[in-house]
Amino acid sequence: MNLTAILDNALQAVAAAPDIAALDEVRVTFMGKKGSITELLKSLGAMDPEQRKIAGQQINELKQQVQDALNQKRDQLQQTQLAAKLAQEQIDVTLPGRKLDDGGLHPVTRTIARIESFFTELGFAVKHGPEIEDDFHNFDALNIPEHHPARADHDTFYFNPKLMLRTQTSGVQIRTMEQQQPPLRIISPGRVYRNDYDQTHTPMFHQVEGLMVDKNVSFTELKGILHDFLQNFFEEDLQVRFRPSFFPFTEPSAEVDVMGKNGKWLEVLGCGMVHPNVLRSVGIDPEVYSGFAFGMGVERLTMLRYGVTDLRSFFENDLRFLKQFR
Amino acid sequence: MKFSEAWLRQWVNPAIDTATLSEQLSMAGLEVDGIEPVAGVFTGVVVGEVVACGPHPDADKLQVTQVNVGQPELLDIVCGAKNCCLGLKVAVAKVGAVLPGDFVIKKAKLRGQSSNGMLCSFSELGMADDSDGIMELPADAPVGIDIRQYLELDDHTIEVDLTPNRADCLGIKGLAREVGVLNKLSVCQPEMTAVEPTVSDQKAIKLSAAEACPRYLGRVIKDVDLSQSSPLWLTEKLRRSGVRSIDPVVDVTNYVLLELGHPMHAFDLDELTGDIDVRFARDGEKLVLLDETEVELKANTLLIADSEKALAMAGIFGGMQSGVTGKTKHIFLESAFFSPLAIAGKARQYGLHTDASHRYERGVDPELQRTAIERATALLLQIVGGKAGPVVEAVAPEHLPKQAEIRLSEAKLLRLLGHPIAKAEVTDILTRLGLTVTDTVDGWAVTVPGYRFDIQISEDLIEEIARVYGYNNIPNVAPQAALSMRKFSEAALSVQRMRELLVDRGYQEAITYSFVDPKVQQILFPGQQAMILPNPISADMSAMRLNLWPGLIQAAQHNQNRQQTRLRFFEYGLKFIPDASAEGGVRQVEVIGGLVVGSLSNEHWAIAERAADFYDVKGDVEALLSVTSVPAEFAYSQAEHSALHPGQTTQVIRAGKVVGYLGALHPEAERKLGIKGKAYLFELELAALGQRAIVEAEDLSKYPANRRDLAVVVKSDVRFADIAASIKKVGVNQLVDLKLFDVYTGQGVADGYKSLAIALTLQDKTRTLEDKDIQVVVNQVVNVLKDEFDATLRD
Repeated sequence: MNLTAILDNALQAVAAAPDIAALDEVRVTFMGKKGSITELLKSLGAMDPEQRKIAGQQINELKQQVQDALNQKRDQLQQTQLAAKLAQEQIDVTLPGRKLDDGGLHPVTRTIARIESFFTELGFAVKHGPEIEDDFHNFDALNIPEHHPARADHDTFYFNPKLMLRTQTSGVQIRTMEQQQPPLRIISPGRVYRNDYDQTHTPMFHQVEGLMVDKNVSFTELKGILHDFLQNFFEEDLQVRFRPSFFPFTEPSAEVDVMGKNGKWLEVLGCGMVHPNVLRSVGIDPEVYSGFAFGMGVERLTMLRYGVTDLRSFFENDLRFLKQFR
Repeated sequence: MKFSEAWLRQWVNPAIDTATLSEQLSMAGLEVDGIEPVAGVFTGVVVGEVVACGPHPDADKLQVTQVNVGQPELLDIVCGAKNCCLGLKVAVAKVGAVLPGDFVIKKAKLRGQSSNGMLCSFSELGMADDSDGIMELPADAPVGIDIRQYLELDDHTIEVDLTPNRADCLGIKGLAREVGVLNKLSVCQPEMTAVEPTVSDQKAIKLSAAEACPRYLGRVIKDVDLSQSSPLWLTEKLRRSGVRSIDPVVDVTNYVLLELGHPMHAFDLDELTGDIDVRFARDGEKLVLLDETEVELKANTLLIADSEKALAMAGIFGGMQSGVTGKTKHIFLESAFFSPLAIAGKARQYGLHTDASHRYERGVDPELQRTAIERATALLLQIVGGKAGPVVEAVAPEHLPKQAEIRLSEAKLLRLLGHPIAKAEVTDILTRLGLTVTDTVDGWAVTVPGYRFDIQISEDLIEEIARVYGYNNIPNVAPQAALSMRKFSEAALSVQRMRELLVDRGYQEAITYSFVDPKVQQILFPGQQAMILPNPISADMSAMRLNLWPGLIQAAQHNQNRQQTRLRFFEYGLKFIPDASAEGGVRQVEVIGGLVVGSLSNEHWAIAERAADFYDVKGDVEALLSVTSVPAEFAYSQAEHSALHPGQTTQVIRAGKVVGYLGALHPEAERKLGIKGKAYLFELELAALGQRAIVEAEDLSKYPANRRDLAVVVKSDVRFADIAASIKKVGVNQLVDLKLFDVYTGQGVADGYKSLAIALTLQDKTRTLEDKDIQVVVNQVVNVLKDEFDATLRD
């Protein structure tokens, strides 16, 4: 058989191979141990050197051509096969993945965490204290002696005249100052309790109080820090005003209002310069040190920030409400 | 306190409108809570005089009148009010008048009689909620004048929410003083002259508790005519200040209360025996109060008494027997200064709160008693007639409050405010406030008048200065402090980290009330004492929680009732365990806990739905403990808990101490509480979790690890934790991992037994373990398990 015919046969067979297995058979037929091209190569041994050189070259060329065809066909078949496999393996990538649905933090926790972050950046430490408090820490040390009208304003839950649910977290300030001399910078977030339950009051709510005591702490600084805080908290260039007020534990005292979206002032904070009696009651000399203190209702800030309309929803723990805060 | 704007403006009248005035008050610390018009919106109502009045021919309850409204012709008006009578001055809505509610007055025929207008009642003009009959105007009311003008109805009731320190503003006098200061205006107090006595009747006054009552003024007024009613100008001022008219005597004392801020009291002279004695009550002494309730008095209560009996609770409430009635002929007027400390809290202990106690416990001006009694006398004589006796004053000057003398230095003012205010301006502010100011070398020396008893120390002066200067005129400045680094303990594990871990594991944070339903608590903790609130909001919010579960269960109930079935809640907070040895008799323990009920995951195309079970929740607890970095220190053991299923409860132990519980809600509790589905609960004490171990890193072994799997059969009640502990003892250093990869019961394993498939990973740090080394360990393990647990190898 002449080489050309073998080549034609081989190329035809390669081209006709429908898959890799068939192509393999083609390879064996021509290039296997007993393949026709292998046979040709074997026949070289019987030729004289001159002839062998020429024929060898021709056969090798033939072999190379067939091999190339085989390779090319193999690549092509592999591509086709891969494409088919890939097509077959296609999935709907839009189906939802397997996951455990996330829970969420309570909005009150979230607000407290935000407030903590603003103040801890300024070097304020976060302090906690007991919620069942004695009258010294809840009232006396805060310059609210027994029978002071301010006590009546607090709607206190008493266990007995000496023991109560704290009406404010200020007790934590007292406990901190009892243990530590100035300079002091603390905030104390937590639950507080007042015996009042209606549209705008729940018997338990959260406060964050802050205290800074050092030499030369002044009212301008109190104004400065709260102004910055409110702007940061609401992430808005809010109008803020300070209004004279009264708290037994601060003098001067102020309430802080922000301008609401409805054009009305909303009270968000109480604050003032720590009353010298309070400093004295914990052994700090008010002629050397001064301080400011502030307190804010967490639920109120949360309502304003996220547009919550019913205070009571914070403690119903309705998943449909809570899930909004992701 | 509510007051009439027009009344205030009679004292001081700044050229600013109502809104500005109100803003000014608020910004001075007298917070305005509300502004209400004193009458409805209406037009076309004038003063008229009934000049003819007769019965309607065809209607029993109607009268036909002719009314003079100052026009040439009289108006025919049909009126249904019983008090309509000839000669009465009335408020006439003429045809075309528009009354509140856009009610237009038209010509009408009532049962055949034409009616050209309407005679108005207070309520029809929006001046009362309801009224009996038509308005009766004073006889001297000028006919034809617009009623709005005549009654000054373009007035407002302003309500100020006064802080406890500003009792000086609980009257027009004090408010006017404040408005004068703010507007740099002087105040024109109405003339109040002393009433000369015309009779000599008087009562001796004894101050038996002079410290509590250092000044008491009394005066007899004889022959009063209490059939008189209070004039309209008086009742209108009261009404616009939120006070109801009662009778002329009460109205006058209320008027003085509102005008001067000074409470007064009037007694029926004929009910008094002997001298007046201001003394403390005897324990158990009884007094029937004006509201007819009898109280048993406590010895701390100051009384007005006569020589025989208690007459009134001083500064709080009058007594019924000595009270003025319609039959009273002679009265005894009281104007006293009671010390705030003597009154504070006393009304509350009887459940009382009166206008008088409100003022006395905050403080009244100790110099105002004589003015008040003279003012009241003059008004009373004007309205009910009578003859006044001399004013008798008993006073113990040593117990009267001293006028505070305060020094303030410029340096201190600057130090506390952080903003300089010129010395002259400070002097001006203090002077305008009515203080006597002397400049000193370094600041000011100030004497405070009696009515500003709230100003006691230099900080009080600083507030006054800042307040009048304007808080918002003081700049905002960033605080200055040393940048000292705070201590941060790496070992401290934040609650926030734990919260986030649970959130990431699908838990929703809940915040439940710290007081719970004692009935629910008793189901979970039968017989266990809790702290009980004596005055709770309601009975189901009266017990301090013994752990977080009652609240979480309530949250679950709330959600299950709202078609929410897959619930995973956690809460962080305190629980309150009564403990006589703890501060306040209660341990307040920080805990984090959770509740899981319903499917493990939300319905999903690729996840088979199943209910969350014990091991799901235990996995969460283990995850929580693993953030402590010392999970190995926590042990779990079978336990009992009254709230939990006896066979599905574990306690969590650290260093021999129980620090938490985890388990299935007890089926009985589940039934009683109406929880749908199997609920799992856990709670851990933060103190046990709060500290992480600081890592001490180990070198990695360079030698290969080898795994050997064992399947051992043990009795069902053998605890895996015990097996694992024994294996670890054998494996010591070479055992680097132990995994339980299967628990099997069923075919091939005898009843009452279980097969545990355990993978041991062995590795040495110093050499490659040979097969025989490994076999030694495995054999040891097998032997130990056989010895300790009667374990056999499964074929």
